[in-house]
Amino acid sequence: MTTLSTTRPATGATGETRLSQELRVVGMVWERELLRYVRTRTRILGGVIQPVLFLFVLGYGMSGLVGTTGGFNFRQFVFPGVVAMSVVMTAIFSAISIVWDREFGFLREMLVAPVSRSALVCGKAAGGATVAAAQGTIMLVLAPLVGVHLTPMLVVEVIGLELLMAGAMTCFGVFVASRIQRMEGFQVVMQMLLMPMLFLSGALFPIKGLPTWLAVITRINPLTYAVDPLRRVVFAQQHMSAAAQLRFPTGVTLFGYSLPIVVELAIVVAFALVFFVLAIRGFSRAE
Amino acid sequence: MTTVAPSPPALGGAGPDPPAVEVHELTKRFGDLVAVDRISFSVAQGEVFAFLGPNGAGKSTTINMLCTLARPTSGRVSVAGYDVGTQAKTVRRHIGLVFQEQTLDDQLTAEENLRFHAVLYGVPHDQVDARITKVLGLVALSERRRDLVSTYSGGMARRLEIARGMLHTPKVLFLDEPTIGLDPQTRALMWEDVLRLRAEEGVTIFLTTHYMDEAEYADRIAIIDHGRVIALGTPQDLKASVGTDTVDFETADDEAAAAALRRAGYQVEEAEKGLRVLVRDEEAAVGPLVAAAGVAVETVRVHRPTLDDVFLHYTGREIRETHAEAMPMRMRARFGRRR
Repeated sequence: MTTLSTTRPATGATGETRLSQELRVVGMVWERELLRYVRTRTRILGGVIQPVLFLFVLGYGMSGLVGTTGGFNFRQFVFPGVVAMSVVMTAIFSAISIVWDREFGFLREMLVAPVSRSALVCGKAAGGATVAAAQGTIMLVLAPLVGVHLTPMLVVEVIGLELLMAGAMTCFGVFVASRIQRMEGFQVVMQMLLMPMLFLSGALFPIKGLPTWLAVITRINPLTYAVDPLRRVVFAQQHMSAAAQLRFPTGVTLFGYSLPIVVELAIVVAFALVFFVLAIRGFSRAE
Repeated sequence: MTTVAPSPPALGGAGPDPPAVEVHELTKRFGDLVAVDRISFSVAQGEVFAFLGPNGAGKSTTINMLCTLARPTSGRVSVAGYDVGTQAKTVRRHIGLVFQEQTLDDQLTAEENLRFHAVLYGVPHDQVDARITKVLGLVALSERRRDLVSTYSGGMARRLEIARGMLHTPKVLFLDEPTIGLDPQTRALMWEDVLRLRAEEGVTIFLTTHYMDEAEYADRIAIIDHGRVIALGTPQDLKASVGTDTVDFETADDEAAAAALRRAGYQVEEAEKGLRVLVRDEEAAVGPLVAAAGVAVETVRVHRPTLDDVFLHYTGREIRETHAEAMPMRMRARFGRRR
């Protein structure tokens, strides 16, 4: 039995049992997130409707303008972006529910408990990631309707990328939520932060050949590096002609250098870690 | 501070068990404002201890310091034998908390709320179900175990919170204004629950209230005003300290009655109408008094000092006035809480 610190709990917990206790907390916070998700059908439905609107309204509207190149159209192009939008919005919504928890007092129940803030944030991030990935995966049902071809392997890859993207966005959202004290702040965040991030991530338009100022903003936006890998893996299964690939390009170039998918994912992981740490700190300050 | 009388459970750790709560020279300042001013007291294990005072007296600030939620400016506090300054996490594991505002997730069922709490407080896996069954039984909510909290009434939610506070078998249960916003009937029910908890689980209960009638349930009361404990003792002792019981008589012949009573050794005063007799214990005294008066007694009115009288005596004002005055402040506190 090793004593890790001088202030051991009275139960005489070893480092190992304390770790399992922390993991139990992570699991419980995660489970609560899932319970709340499945109980609010309106939220699931709402999370589907908005992306569907983008997919079909924007998809058909723009198709006339963009046209079909080598059998590939704008709806197929925008599909991965719309899936990403759905994931991001669900993740942010899940994280922001902390503001509700604060309003309704439940946050206090969590913060006064003798557990570490990192366990709480971990559970929250895992819960948000799971819920958002589920929501994004529901969107895949629409793939055949817009002519996007799915394979089992592709679905697995997409879910993996959704989890990463959602985890990162949940950490970001939890950090923002730690700074928001009132419900009204939530609206501001949605308008000022989430929408620009989504619109400037390349979810709805190709980010090649943009005017410089716009190109710079999209490269600063961390979401760009989460949306592009999703589009890449989907497009890889679409048997696109060379002309279509040119018309609907993927990949992010930074200083003239085309980033490999691994680098993009590394950027998302780094973003997630930074905000994970900031989120923990955000809640350590409070109360 | 006036310590009225030594009370039955050990004071200051003199008894066989160390005190559940021990506070020494506790002070909390917010800038120039001294919210809590060098208070000292101790609460014995198994005691029901009430902090009584108007809003703004420093009750919540004190309870927050005892629960490790606020840092004392100076002074020492130990709860369940642990120092709140250096062993905050251990203290938290050994206390139950029920806040003024509700802290339940109303989208979860009672059971899910309790399970969440059990995990947070490290209740061993194999004991969780048994504990949930036990505490729900204690507050008579077993039937509603699988119902969403959103379907609960205010009183039920409050009782569920008390059950949750007890889930991890704490040594001390802290209740901050537990009956605020509840109707009298629900308040009475809640008190039954609290006293049952003490009887069955032997938990020490520390609560704050500004309801006089509620403080009566406590074994001991500390009256706090302007951040200081101004009186401390059992409800009986406190009442006895501010005056004796009186019995007012109107008789067929007051003079004769007064003379007869004085002869019998009673202390008699002329009242506005009739006589006033000072007695030690009004209930036991009425029978012999009527007999001793020797003439036909027309009316008997007994008066025993209430905690209102006690409060008036020590603070120079009634708790109701201060309460009414503090009302807008409390609403501000409630809505402005999340600056």
